[in-house]
Amino acid sequence: MRIGLVCPYSWDVPGGVQEHIRDLAEALIDLGHAVSVISPADDDAALPSYVVPAGRAVAVPYNGSVARLSFGPLSANRVRRWIRDGNFDVLHVHEPAAPSLSLIACWVFDGPIVATVHGATTRSRALHAAEPMLRSALEKVSGRIAVSEAARTTLVHHLGGDAVLIPNGVTVSRFEKAEPLAGWPGEGGAIGFLGRMDEPRKGLSVLLRAFEVIGAERQALRLLVAGPGDTAEVAARVPPWLRDRVVLLGQVSEAVKVQVYHSVDVFCAPNTGGESFGIVLAEAMAAGAPIVASDLDAFRRVLRGGRAGELFSSGDAADLAAAIGRMLDDPARRAMLSAAASAAVRDYDWAKIARDVVKVYEAVLPASSDAAAAVIA
Amino acid sequence: MSLAVSLILIAIVAITGVYVSWRAGRLDRLHARVETARAALDAALVRRSSVTLEIASSGLLDPAASVLLADLAHDARSAQSGRELAESDLTRALRTVFSGPDVRDSLEPGQLEPGQGADELIAELESTAHQVFIARKFYNDAVAVTIAARGRPLARMLRLAGGAPMPEFFEIDDTLAPAGMGEQGTDMPHLAS
Repeated sequence: MRIGLVCPYSWDVPGGVQEHIRDLAEALIDLGHAVSVISPADDDAALPSYVVPAGRAVAVPYNGSVARLSFGPLSANRVRRWIRDGNFDVLHVHEPAAPSLSLIACWVFDGPIVATVHGATTRSRALHAAEPMLRSALEKVSGRIAVSEAARTTLVHHLGGDAVLIPNGVTVSRFEKAEPLAGWPGEGGAIGFLGRMDEPRKGLSVLLRAFEVIGAERQALRLLVAGPGDTAEVAARVPPWLRDRVVLLGQVSEAVKVQVYHSVDVFCAPNTGGESFGIVLAEAMAAGAPIVASDLDAFRRVLRGGRAGELFSSGDAADLAAAIGRMLDDPARRAMLSAAASAAVRDYDWAKIARDVVKVYEAVLPASSDAAAAVIA
Repeated sequence: MSLAVSLILIAIVAITGVYVSWRAGRLDRLHARVETARAALDAALVRRSSVTLEIASSGLLDPAASVLLADLAHDARSAQSGRELAESDLTRALRTVFSGPDVRDSLEPGQLEPGQGADELIAELESTAHQVFIARKFYNDAVAVTIAARGRPLARMLRLAGGAPMPEFFEIDDTLAPAGMGEQGTDMPHLAS
């Protein structure tokens, strides 16, 4: 199948939507499809071979923050040319309501369109001067995908109609193997955390409280923390006697992130809420880390009700400390959970998710088209 | 002798009085000028966002640009404290949309007949952008003179400005064409053509 993917946000700025499109494109290529991605990017930017740049994005206020978007006649021309050259069987746009390439592509393309909604948008203006144009472009979308329940609610509310729920995937092979960081996990054992340090819902403070309890019991146990945020501010929250056993890496590269998952005896996801899926959890599972996670509905589902990882009562530091203690004392249980996590995460592997996405493509293809015929044959 | 002294004193008081009231009157006129300039600037900005909204709903542009311009024009008109930022954001978006070398060729005719509505709308936008540019220049001039006049020792000492609030500069990005693309020899903003 010839598939055109449209990314609304600047390719060279890291972001969830961009990563999603990259992983999806590569998984679809692995399945044997011809894939082209158009994205805002400088013409001289270093891009994967399947990405076509649509020119520099402009920073504008959108949806409560500043986004880098492409719009205007020049971008529209690029999209038109890309669509003409690509001769796509199906066009897959991401975040179709964002005023950027996705919306332009919907407007230009005349074939079947699938749209994926990622975020919860907060469009406030119900009556909008450009509303008719927005509506008529979005009406051409015949298949909708939401990556989470929150995204689905947004979609139903703002665009009307229902959507298929297909969660974010994780490229399992990228996480399976890595060397631990030098000196980790060490003799005394190590606990890991990955996520924004200054975002309360990621639950780092719950873990720090639990570590005060469990760190007092085990004199050599260490805590490894990676993720964006102010490391000095976090260090100040740790009592002085414990401070040299809490290692704060700050923001790390993709490669180091994989190493972090392999550097700890127990990986902890103490989120207190708001997670629709928990990509960090899926990545830790792909790396085969023994996991202790809060018992949010989403986490419970991903961890097979506790069979692929230990669950503790969300927000309860004492319960978390006890769960970590049990795990550290029981190497056999750790090995068992690690194996179970590796198996369970296959459901979220991009190779499988991409097949689900292709099913949506097939559903919107006109029955008479060559691509549909090829699928049926 | 004492009569001469009194006369001189009276003359000094009279001259001082006349001078002070002349200064006060000048300050008053300056404040009035600031207010007039401000009203003209507001009117120009509102006209600019109106034309932007009209373009956004005309079907002339792609939907992404239309939605964004409509959003930003609305923000600019309704912004209270962040007015300068909102107007600058609108300028930047307009510049992105209209500054390409082949803008008029690549515009969608949409519901408009090419050569009729489209050109008129763009010309109108260009003219309101000029108005904003000029009105802002004049307003900031008036503000600069007024601030200087109010800073003079006499004005400060005698509080000649009374309760009038200190006027503030209005700083926005109002250059519609990217640097180097404007008409040579003029500092007027120009849509590339």
